[in-house]
Amino acid sequence: MTKSYSDILREARAEVREVSAGEVDVQRESKAPPLLLDVRETHEWEAGHLPGAVHVPRGHLESKIEGEAPDRSRPIVIYCASGIRSVFASKTLAEMGYTDVVSMSGGFQGWKSQGLPWVTPTVLSPEQKVRYSRHLLIPEVGAAGQAKLLDSKVLLIGAGGLGSPASLYLAAAGVGTIGIIDFDVVDLSNLQRQIVHTTDRIGEKKVESARKSLLALNPGINVIGHDEMLVADNVERIIKGYDVIVDGTDTFETRYLLNDAAVIAGIPVVHASVFRFEGQLTVFKPYDGPCYRCLYPTPPPPELAPGCSVAGVLGVVPGIMGLLQTNEVLKLLLGIGESLAGRLLLFDALEGSFTELKLRRDPNCPICSDAAVAARARGEAVALPVGQDVPFALGAAVGATSINPGSLSQDAR
Amino acid sequence: MSTVWIPPVLRASAGGAKQLDLAGGTVGEVINALISAHPSLESQIRTPEGGLNRFVNVYVNGQDIRYLGGESTAVAPADEVRLLPAMAGGSLTFAPSRWSR
Repeated sequence: MTKSYSDILREARAEVREVSAGEVDVQRESKAPPLLLDVRETHEWEAGHLPGAVHVPRGHLESKIEGEAPDRSRPIVIYCASGIRSVFASKTLAEMGYTDVVSMSGGFQGWKSQGLPWVTPTVLSPEQKVRYSRHLLIPEVGAAGQAKLLDSKVLLIGAGGLGSPASLYLAAAGVGTIGIIDFDVVDLSNLQRQIVHTTDRIGEKKVESARKSLLALNPGINVIGHDEMLVADNVERIIKGYDVIVDGTDTFETRYLLNDAAVIAGIPVVHASVFRFEGQLTVFKPYDGPCYRCLYPTPPPPELAPGCSVAGVLGVVPGIMGLLQTNEVLKLLLGIGESLAGRLLLFDALEGSFTELKLRRDPNCPICSDAAVAARARGEAVALPVGQDVPFALGAAVGATSINPGSLSQDAR
Repeated sequence: MSTVWIPPVLRASAGGAKQLDLAGGTVGEVINALISAHPSLESQIRTPEGGLNRFVNVYVNGQDIRYLGGESTAVAPADEVRLLPAMAGGSLTFAPSRWSR
């Protein structure tokens, strides 16, 4: 017996529960909102969709739904343009064992006609859809995640051993704006590990060299070079507007300066350092884990903390640590996974081992403790105990809204 | 005996050892055993007053002793003690730091 379109629609409707746009609007604001599943075609999705919805065209529904909704008992609201395709899609999911699926009657047109909120997604160009196709295939990234990356701004402190691999992979991933601060020039001795530079650019400014490499890899991003030294009177200006900072410094002076300014600006810093065959990595996410001063209230004397130029480093070690930094950056930008905030990851290249240590916020931290935050809110300058135990007085210069350049040496170049 | 991991920057003062098995019932006793075996480590780990330098953190089984019992934190024979000083080495080469103390 043949069945007409109206027959199969009537049969599907008999099996599928339908809800109104108003009911969906209430549910999506609840504590346990349902998964909003848009089953329209891509060009319809790109013209606008419900906030927070995920997009799986009906033609890919069976093959992709398990990636989007592995839990078959999770409530799902399916919608299309007018509430027809969503009925068929709901029936399909019920057949696949999904137990709490409803179709939104009236579809997206009905939703819009009631004045309910909707958003327009960042639309990837055909070139971007190909370039980032491996990201688009991952449910945790997808077009929405890629759009986030394209809208993101990441600042690299240093285009050296850590910044080289970090910047290359950030550029490849499509992080839309990459800032690089470095006042150095490319040296032959850098090229054993600083792979963003090339032999024919020896003597060239590192920010210019890095910009060329990153744009050669991905011309669709914006690279901002800061050919200057990070000091107290420019740190606030330089870090402003960035979503995440990648710390590749090798002086404590810069590290404490960056820490204090980033905490106040609320910008996470993905920190790594390396020494010969070993590296360490963590994320300093303001108020969601310790800051650098919580970890080390005071720096060691210079003889106990030599940099790469003194101690040496196996070139691949900053390569590995720089990529682990990028991994943390991408997780932070995408809002996925567990960041290393509150955890210090140690890498030993000779052992081929990773070790994890637990880090805690110092309740007496002069920068990120509750008392310090309250003091800044009152407009009070942060006063660090300046003395033998606190060689860098820069903390004393950190005020509520601005950073006074006065207390940090300005001519260290 | 607890296993004490020596950070790379201190290894030259510890005979090149990466890890040492040392006796002691507390973190303080284990550190003292380490310093007894390698006296040149003392100034790198301890302050002139005998406390721990603030640029050296000590972890027992991955936990910072500042949030346990400090140097009085008990250590069992199988415990792992790690010394972890602040590491400078990023790879951005800035001009020599001005140490303003």
